[in-house]
Amino acid sequence: MAGAATLEAVDNTPTAEAPIQAFTVTLIIRRYDPEKDAEPYWQDFDVELFATDRVLDALHKIKWEQDGSLTFRRSCAHGICGSDAMRINGRNRLACKTLIKDLDISKPIYVEAIKGLPLEKDLIVDMEPFFQSYREIQPFLIASDKPEKERIQSVAQRERFDDTTKCILCAACTSSCPVFWTDGQYFGPAAIVNAHRFIFDSRDEAANVRLDILNDKEGVWRCRTTFNCSEACPRGIEVTKAIAEVKAAVLRGKPDIPKA
Amino acid sequence: MSTDIAAPRSPYTREPKRNGVNLEKWGWVYMRVSGVLLVVLIFGHLFYNLIFPGKVSILDWAFVAGKLADPFWVVWDTLLLWLALIHGANGMRTLANDYAHGRFRSVLLWALGATTVVLIVLGTLVLTTFDPCLGETNNAELIASCAAQ
Repeated sequence: MAGAATLEAVDNTPTAEAPIQAFTVTLIIRRYDPEKDAEPYWQDFDVELFATDRVLDALHKIKWEQDGSLTFRRSCAHGICGSDAMRINGRNRLACKTLIKDLDISKPIYVEAIKGLPLEKDLIVDMEPFFQSYREIQPFLIASDKPEKERIQSVAQRERFDDTTKCILCAACTSSCPVFWTDGQYFGPAAIVNAHRFIFDSRDEAANVRLDILNDKEGVWRCRTTFNCSEACPRGIEVTKAIAEVKAAVLRGKPDIPKA
Repeated sequence: MSTDIAAPRSPYTREPKRNGVNLEKWGWVYMRVSGVLLVVLIFGHLFYNLIFPGKVSILDWAFVAGKLADPFWVVWDTLLLWLALIHGANGMRTLANDYAHGRFRSVLLWALGATTVVLIVLGTLVLTTFDPCLGETNNAELIASCAAQ
């Protein structure tokens, strides 16, 4: 009895800060080395992680401590550069913005490369078809006046295309699109979002050129509004809404921009 | 997932844009417009056939004959036939375009087009040449008018 009382007293005294709890998390990663493997295969890794770690930290731990051959892209590691889009538990996410605490770690975490683009190695795909579509919609300001003074724009006019300026070209949307998976000719959500950014910019003068490019068999009409792109976007862009606005602009023949 | 690695720096090419009428745009518009019309046409059809004049039990040859004697319902049913079949066929066409490739896609699209044309022609034929005297009828008015012919 005396022993129990002592124990209780010890429990009640303030103790030193408890160590942060670490968890053993299993990651199952789809590996592929074109020089060795005929087909991609799944490989599992056990990693010690904190709840506040991100999937990118898990990949780093694997690469630095377990298997240096694991290959993936990352640059800023803070959700701005758009390098580390990958398919995490079947959903397109940025590895650097997906926290371990937001995933169910009682089960393994499945990580694979984004779909619909040619796989090059492990989590790296060939982004060229994606950027080709991006280049085709002419993602730059086209204005006839000389850049001698500022091009004035009202708050409402700037607000009109604000959502689509957030794109970081990570390809999470385009590679989540089922139409893009089966037909790589489709421009894809990201190209349309970036076209939207200039089509609805009051300072730009080439909206009709871009609307004509997207009014194509492989343009906006291929969108089936499955909303995969809106769900996948790490920047929270309303991608499907932007595509719908471009469709409406094609039908009207001009974008719906506030006069002032 | 493709595991083919393209030769380094081989340029990605898009199929050249085809000129001519943009059917994709009008196909898209058609789906929206016909969809709205079909909601009215289909629910009007169901309401009149199954609920409004009596109940399901009165749905027989005479009921259909009576309906098709009225030009209003002939126009209604013809619109329903054409809009619904083309709407459905266009939807199937987009599925074929999304998920089938090459020769298989051509075969599917061709079969789809042929089926749609046959169904529309047959349906329109029935609607426009329907003869209520072909079968027995319980409708006294119709029997009288048939006998008079």
